[in-house]
Amino acid sequence: MSEHHEVASKEKYGMVIDLDKCTGCGACTVACLSENNHYVREDESDKLRSVAWMKVYKVTNGEPFPNTKVAFIPRPCMHCDHHTPCVSVCPVMATDYNPLTGIVSQIYTRCIGCRYCVGACPYHARYFNWWDPVWPEGMHKLLNPDMSPRMRGVVEKCSFCNHRLQKAKDKAYVEGRRDLRDGEYVTACAEDCPTKAITFGNMKDPESAVAKLIKSPGAFRLLEKLGTQPKVYYLSNESWIRALGDNALGRKRTARPA
Amino acid sequence: MDRAWIPEGVQRCSAGAFYSWMALWLFVLGAAVTTALLILWKGLNQTNMNDYFGFGAWITADLGVIALGAGAFFSGFLTYVLRVKELKALINFAVIIGFICYSSALLILTLDIGQPLRGWFGYWFPNIHSMLTEVIFCITLYFTVLTIEYVPLILENRKIYANPVAHTLSHNFHEAMAIFAAIGTFLSFFHQGSLGGMYGVLYARPFAFREGFFVWPWTFFLFIFSAISTGPTFTVLVTMILQKVTKKRLVPRESLSVLAKIAGWLLCGYVIVKIADTYYWATHILPARGLTLAEQYHGYQYGLWLLFAEIGLCGIVPALILITRRLRENDKWLVLACALASFGVVLNRFIFTVQTLAMPVYPFDKWYIYFPSWQEWVTSMAVIAYGAVIISLSYRYLPVFPYERDLNPPAR
Ligand code: SF4
Ligand code: SF4
Repeated sequence: MSEHHEVASKEKYGMVIDLDKCTGCGACTVACLSENNHYVREDESDKLRSVAWMKVYKVTNGEPFPNTKVAFIPRPCMHCDHHTPCVSVCPVMATDYNPLTGIVSQIYTRCIGCRYCVGACPYHARYFNWWDPVWPEGMHKLLNPDMSPRMRGVVEKCSFCNHRLQKAKDKAYVEGRRDLRDGEYVTACAEDCPTKAITFGNMKDPESAVAKLIKSPGAFRLLEKLGTQPKVYYLSNESWIRALGDNALGRKRTARPA
Repeated sequence: MDRAWIPEGVQRCSAGAFYSWMALWLFVLGAAVTTALLILWKGLNQTNMNDYFGFGAWITADLGVIALGAGAFFSGFLTYVLRVKELKALINFAVIIGFICYSSALLILTLDIGQPLRGWFGYWFPNIHSMLTEVIFCITLYFTVLTIEYVPLILENRKIYANPVAHTLSHNFHEAMAIFAAIGTFLSFFHQGSLGGMYGVLYARPFAFREGFFVWPWTFFLFIFSAISTGPTFTVLVTMILQKVTKKRLVPRESLSVLAKIAGWLLCGYVIVKIADTYYWATHILPARGLTLAEQYHGYQYGLWLLFAEIGLCGIVPALILITRRLRENDKWLVLACALASFGVVLNRFIFTVQTLAMPVYPFDKWYIYFPSWQEWVTSMAVIAYGAVIISLSYRYLPVFPYERDLNPPAR
């Protein structure tokens, strides 16, 4: 279960997103959709039913023109490290915290679709499949063979591209190595971000880029007061952006979602 | 034409009138079954739920009827374990109401899961840390107990009872009823609690999260308390409605008063505890998360009026009516109090289910509104038609009310 994580493992994967570099282009969202075999419906205008494991929120400082400032917050699953909210509530253990890697994964064929985990996750990282997936004629040939498509009636979410970890490990094994090098396993969003705003890697490796970045002075996580201990960190030099990361007494909730 | 099936010595309407009445309800039920099939065929996109509102009308209905069905176990507990003799007149009917509530909850739950064919995974791959697992097990077991409590009554139908096997079976069941009542009480306490626990454990959802005792958040105890105080009021309410419809006195007035009085005092206790809980939530739990009470309510649909309606109008008011002898003895006041209390517990379950999800946890998110689709309405409301069918059949053919004959002596 999710509370006694600390096993003797050399890996714990995490992500750092530099919000000052993010332009809100949405390439991460698209990369994720394509890497993880999402389908797109003809009408995706209902954003509360539209799957985006990596969703980009648009936020503002709430000031009127000309003092308005805008930023974008890309939001994958936080892979919560403490008493993982979704894992502890699932009645059938269809979502799992891996103590060896810290990755929270979803077992689609086990999920009964009760959506209790959707209610438990404050980050809105979980998505229910309201429809059966349908791909345009011939497009199934472009599907990623390493990722299983999901059926109607189950919940899904960002997996930190878990299948890429398997691949990287296989490769290292063939080359006679046990440990991965920094950058050998990265998520699709981190790979595709044109401004290199997303860094991904092993937080337990002190030499890794993520391990160094999370020590930066502008680092923060979303909703830290809840105590979920996300493994996704954000960077920003702008205090108003950092302030939006969590609720605080005596502050007006001003910003609007995109 | 069905005379031989009707209990001896009681008056029932003509078969024609009865079957016309039943046809009406069966029509409604038929519409609901068709809608349910539509949902199973097309999937949950037929609802207005979404990735913000993973729970909606169905979970509210489930929790609502389960709370209202608590009248069954609690009356059983009072009758068989605490030996409150006045309630003997009422206990059969309380069991039937409980049976209706729990079976409809199970049916709605089957609709509500995205993969109904995997429903059995809940028993096969249980996560012992999940409150929902506790709910699944306890509800199933308690539904079994309710069935065991209901069956002897069915066996007592005049025709069925003539069969020697049914006769013996019914007799033996009766002997064991106290044991089942005790088991039922134990199971019910746990699942009423774990339903509340389901919300209280959501520590990342500030609207629902509560601290607690050992593994049980305070909502665990609040749900038990609210169920045992409002469940009996619902039993009284339905009995009064049935008396109105049948134009007969079916249970001695005293029995209703006794149950209403017990419920009233329990409701007083519940309201006090609920106020204390709300106070602690507003002054400790929310501020620790950078939030205030005012931020938990919004606009009309999610306004602060909900809190006052739940605790004041549907809590304090009925509690005061029920503990006041003069008002309790007046039929109109009694019905009003019971209706308010019953509505209040459903409102409470609605708030915990929907408002928890509506309240934006991100500082940069906004409130969204959820309103059930017609498919959700039809299937949820079908509980009423289903209840009417079961109650009508039971009332007509089974000796539900032991004092009916004495209370309605034949004319002349
Ligand atoms: S962000 Fe949500 S889905 Fe991801 S681990 Fe945390 S609770 Fe689970
Ligand atoms: S929707 Fe699936 S993963 Fe989520 S709690 Fe239910 S069974 Fe578990």
